[in-house]
Amino acid sequence: MSDWQPSALQLERLAYRRRRTVRSGVIAAVSTVVLVALLAVGIGSTPGWPRVRETFFNVERGWEALPVVAQGLWLNVRVMLVCAVLIVVLGLTLAIMRTLRGPIFFPLRIFAAAYTDVFRGLPLLLVIFLLGFGVPALQLRGLPNEAVIWGGAALVLTYSSYVAEVFRAGIESIHPSQRAAARSLGLSHRQTLRFVVLPQAVRRVMPPLLNDFVSLQKDSGLIAVLGVIDAIRAAQLETAEDFNFTPYVVAGILFVALTIPLTRLTDWVARRQGWYGGGGGPV
Amino acid sequence: MNLRSAVAVLATLVVVAVSACAPEDESSGTPSPSGADACSKDKLALKTAGAFTVGTDKPAYAPWFTDDDPANGKGYESAVTYAVAKSLGFAETEVKWQTVQFNAAFAPGPKKFDLDVNQISISEDRRKAVDFSSGYYDVRQTVITTAGSKIADVKSVAELADAKLGAQVGTTSYTSLRDVIKPKQTPAVYDTNDLAVQALKNKQIDGIVVDLPTGFYMTAAQLDNGKIVGQLPAGGQAEQFGFVLEKGSALTACVSKAVDGLKADGTLAKLQQQYLTAEGAPELS
Repeated sequence: MSDWQPSALQLERLAYRRRRTVRSGVIAAVSTVVLVALLAVGIGSTPGWPRVRETFFNVERGWEALPVVAQGLWLNVRVMLVCAVLIVVLGLTLAIMRTLRGPIFFPLRIFAAAYTDVFRGLPLLLVIFLLGFGVPALQLRGLPNEAVIWGGAALVLTYSSYVAEVFRAGIESIHPSQRAAARSLGLSHRQTLRFVVLPQAVRRVMPPLLNDFVSLQKDSGLIAVLGVIDAIRAAQLETAEDFNFTPYVVAGILFVALTIPLTRLTDWVARRQGWYGGGGGPV
Repeated sequence: MNLRSAVAVLATLVVVAVSACAPEDESSGTPSPSGADACSKDKLALKTAGAFTVGTDKPAYAPWFTDDDPANGKGYESAVTYAVAKSLGFAETEVKWQTVQFNAAFAPGPKKFDLDVNQISISEDRRKAVDFSSGYYDVRQTVITTAGSKIADVKSVAELADAKLGAQVGTTSYTSLRDVIKPKQTPAVYDTNDLAVQALKNKQIDGIVVDLPTGFYMTAAQLDNGKIVGQLPAGGQAEQFGFVLEKGSALTACVSKAVDGLKADGTLAKLQQQYLTAEGAPELS
């Protein structure tokens, strides 16, 4: 077979395709460079640009604000990590409660449904105020008073209702034949859920789950209304000093810098674990 | 891909970007008060001849007034007003008080009063509508709390360093909290003072840093058992209360001169000591 040679026609075809590819690449590159250059020149030559650059992109000011903003971000990160674990646990529990069958589980189903309805509907800020100022106002002994704890609790309540629905969608997307097959092999309902349904469901909902966690990371800043200083509040305090908005940009860059690696890491883990099964994935 | 249309789009973008409008000219007029030496009583342009008409809101709160009666000469603003009237040559009986709503005091237009005194901060924006005299009071930052809290009996700034304190974002109160008290715990920072009050009621924080007038209001009206811990040492910021006069009033320069005189001879400091410091807002060492 080694003496096989592509036909002249095939070679011509390949060469043509290569030429088209190169041509597309060159056009794309030139068009991108020209667009970026024109935008840079266009924005740079607007009369307000020096002021905008001074107000939003002052490197020196940003560098000065970085330690304070980063310290605030550390709070966001801690809140996010702790809440994320609780949200997954609570969300999954709620989703399972809601997918249980049989009349005996009716109260659990109705509770889970009511829970998701209420906390998905309530604006997060309202829940934060209710828990963060309302619960400490009860002056109950033994309950913590710290704003961070109650702010975190509000995040967990709200986000677990989103995540529960994501998990439920995953669970219900598993074809009934899977359950039927599992039961016919002698697995109990619990075992079916544990070994057949959930693993597939979780794989399928990985992207929307990640979406929720990126969102959580940003919303973790909302608990600043309770008085704690997160990255955005730290930037706000810096900005109030001299009305230079660069600290906000710094906070934005830090948030993005946190999100992008997280996304790539999840993609990598997903690929490694072969999580792109069932639904298709790279062919 | 249609190259021609792409180029057209780019060209449009550039034209739009470059043809952005030029910045506006910023011009500012400088008010020129007539510093004439015509402040003798008979030369003053008064609203009512022979009477010095002064407006303030009702109810008139302590410690700026006492017993809701501006005419008794007690309370800081009442006392300062009588001192100004005296240095302009009026007898106490010639000072006539009238009720003027806070917002009406600096609304544009003609006024019925010669001047208004109502804890009104001097600001450049308000100066467009009315005249201000020189400031008769520099707003000071204070720490407030509730009775029984761990900082309720604190006497010095140093003792506050261990407390969990709050302030409103973007205020000079926060700057004072950070720079004067230098707290060991991260301060709590709220969007509004009302949220800070809620947190204080909940005992989530030990105290709030606010300016003294707000402190008097919070401890009197918003908090049960509210208590002013004390005034922080004066900082560099200079928010001031001033008398409000009609825009372009011929009296402004004379009233300012009187206020400056009272400041120079120590009368203002003495009255602050008598009515503010002694009335529950001690100085923190």
